[in-house]
Amino acid sequence: MKILIKKGRVIDPRNGIDEVLDVYVNGGFIEKIDKHIREKDHDVEIIDADGLIVAPGLIDVHVHLREPGYEYKESIKTGTMAAVKGGFTTVVCMANTNPVNDNKSVTEYIMKQSKAEGACRVFPCGAITKGLKGIELAEIGEMFEAGIIAISDDGKSVRNSELLRKALEYTKLFGIPVISHCEDEDLSKGFVHEGKASIISGIDAVPSIAEEIIVKRDMALAEYVGSPIHLTHLSAKGSVDSVREVKKRFKKVTCDTCPHYFTLTDEETLSFDTNTKVNPPLRSKEDVEAIKEGLRNGSIDIIATDHAPHDFTSKDVEFNIATSGISGLETAFSLSLALVHEGVLDLSGLLRKFTEAPAKAFKLPYGELKPGSAADIIIFDPAARWTVDRNAFISKGKNTPFHGRKLRGKNLLTIVGGKIVYREKTP
Amino acid sequence: MNWTKKDLLGIRELSKEEILLILDTAESFKDISKREVKKVPTLRGKTVITLFYEPSTRTRVSFEIAAKRLSADTINVSANTSSYVKGETLKDTAKNLESMQPDVIVIRHEMPGAPHMLSKIVNSSVINGGDGAHEHPTQALLDMFTMREKKGRIDGLKIAIIGDIAHSRVARSNIFALKNFDTEIICCGPPTMIPPYLEDLGVRVEYNINKAVKNADVIMMLRIQKERGGVSYIPSINEYSTIYGLKQDHVKKAKNDVIIMHPGPMNRGVEITGEVADGPYSVILDQVENGVAVRMAVLFLLTGSEA
Ligand SMILES: [Zn+2]
Repeated sequence: MKILIKKGRVIDPRNGIDEVLDVYVNGGFIEKIDKHIREKDHDVEIIDADGLIVAPGLIDVHVHLREPGYEYKESIKTGTMAAVKGGFTTVVCMANTNPVNDNKSVTEYIMKQSKAEGACRVFPCGAITKGLKGIELAEIGEMFEAGIIAISDDGKSVRNSELLRKALEYTKLFGIPVISHCEDEDLSKGFVHEGKASIISGIDAVPSIAEEIIVKRDMALAEYVGSPIHLTHLSAKGSVDSVREVKKRFKKVTCDTCPHYFTLTDEETLSFDTNTKVNPPLRSKEDVEAIKEGLRNGSIDIIATDHAPHDFTSKDVEFNIATSGISGLETAFSLSLALVHEGVLDLSGLLRKFTEAPAKAFKLPYGELKPGSAADIIIFDPAARWTVDRNAFISKGKNTPFHGRKLRGKNLLTIVGGKIVYREKTP
Repeated sequence: MNWTKKDLLGIRELSKEEILLILDTAESFKDISKREVKKVPTLRGKTVITLFYEPSTRTRVSFEIAAKRLSADTINVSANTSSYVKGETLKDTAKNLESMQPDVIVIRHEMPGAPHMLSKIVNSSVINGGDGAHEHPTQALLDMFTMREKKGRIDGLKIAIIGDIAHSRVARSNIFALKNFDTEIICCGPPTMIPPYLEDLGVRVEYNINKAVKNADVIMMLRIQKERGGVSYIPSINEYSTIYGLKQDHVKKAKNDVIIMHPGPMNRGVEITGEVADGPYSVILDQVENGVAVRMAVLFLLTGSEA
């Protein structure tokens, strides 16, 4: 299949491109990027991207695809379809499936299923410890051979510092990062952020320090061992401050945040709407501002979704017993474009958080547009206005606090490996 | 003014006018309880369900008496969290109850927000009879009613709330209610029981009980919630009672006409000595009596009945 994208504003932070160009795709790869490419054959699909932006496909380093085990919440098929709709062409899926992805047969299953049914590229993240129990190391080497690109006990932090140290040491053999879910278990026996809103709602609360303390510990261990660490879904001001501090001397630290942590505050939880229940919890206005500033000044490298789809019944209960998480793949990029509209980042800076930065941190050969690179491309309209409708989600997870929200900017077309896998139907 | 809300979910949703409307309405109902025949036909034909996920004889009985004095039919449903284990959710229970066409459901639940969830499911009026550490609006209303009755006013009062503030829905609802008036509120308790950011609600925090009760018009004692792990916030009940138990000495530091309140049930000898609880300044039994009148007023207003 050959595709010629005409007259789009091509932005690729990795290669410093930002100008109106044509992009020619042939056989799964980008063949040429130039001012005016003339169509050579008649079997070329020509896409008019005039007035639109052409960018590398987005990379999401934190999703929950729920397969195997929780297919009623999401499957690799539906999750990746939601991904490509949202502009993602590569996703990294977490290990808290059932069974847990802590051995090569589960990794192999995910790899096989993704190749058969996935709409985009899927890279599994293996567990750090067997069963995510935090007691003994999982078979990291075997999983690495099978295709994992990182390890994480996401959902909880590795409580035992000695064990985390071993994980950081052991991964040196494979050169893959440890993804750290930063949450002190003893300090986080609650469901919302500890702040003015929790004082009003009376819901058991989690202080920011529960995150900050583990951010500091995990970076300290990684620095001591000299291994790469990636801190995921940061939500607190103190976390951003410590990362900035440590990054000055230790370069193997990377981190991400998610759109809800720079879009919503803990005040949303006063509605008792269980769609606002996430882990870490929505924080204060001050934290939200710090997250934005962290994105602006480079303390935060990456924007991930922490796509956590849930079935309706898991959320249709009292706040305390509802599951945590937001179905994020279909809204993340549009929500993030608000950073551009607000002047926090420019378009290239925003795209870097979704392409170049995750590709670098996880050593993925994607996230750029140059001749010879894989044809993972999106075309989006940064000005398109639309309203979030959870019933229109492709993801099985309709759990979103953004239902009804008016957004500006939308992905219109997604190409993975030279194939158009998503195309917005315009009426 | 007229009542327009379907539910009473919390004090925080109420305006000062609405609070006063309830208090004034309760005033007129208080007399009924003093008559020989303590019953009026106001709510005849109406059904009030009390749905209690937490045991609480006193609140349930108070609502039940209030409903019966207005001639409503009352039904008690005791649920507990073990019904979750059986797979029946609050939503299922609510739908079942709704099909019996009740006019009012009073819910007590250990989780904040449960009444709010219920109110979205059912057409009946929902009264929050206490949701976790969140709110207990009728308690705050009866507390205000008692303050106004004993002091003749609410404005200008200095109120010390003492005990486990962090886990107390009574404290929260009282703070929300009293902030509508020109009051000074001092929250006092062990630092582990005073949540950070509490001052954001416009109250003063004081760890020393002697300072907290100084010149107070009202001393409101809270219960140590032994069943909620309250004990893990302090070294021992013994130590708590030594440092924070209300004694005669404390009462002397307050205003001459101070009133001592307690939402009950009391742990005698723990947060309050028997001497103080039964002493001349105590209005604890008045609170219980006023609770019926206030709940009658709330039931009356929510059902939109004609007096
Ligand atoms: Zn996580």
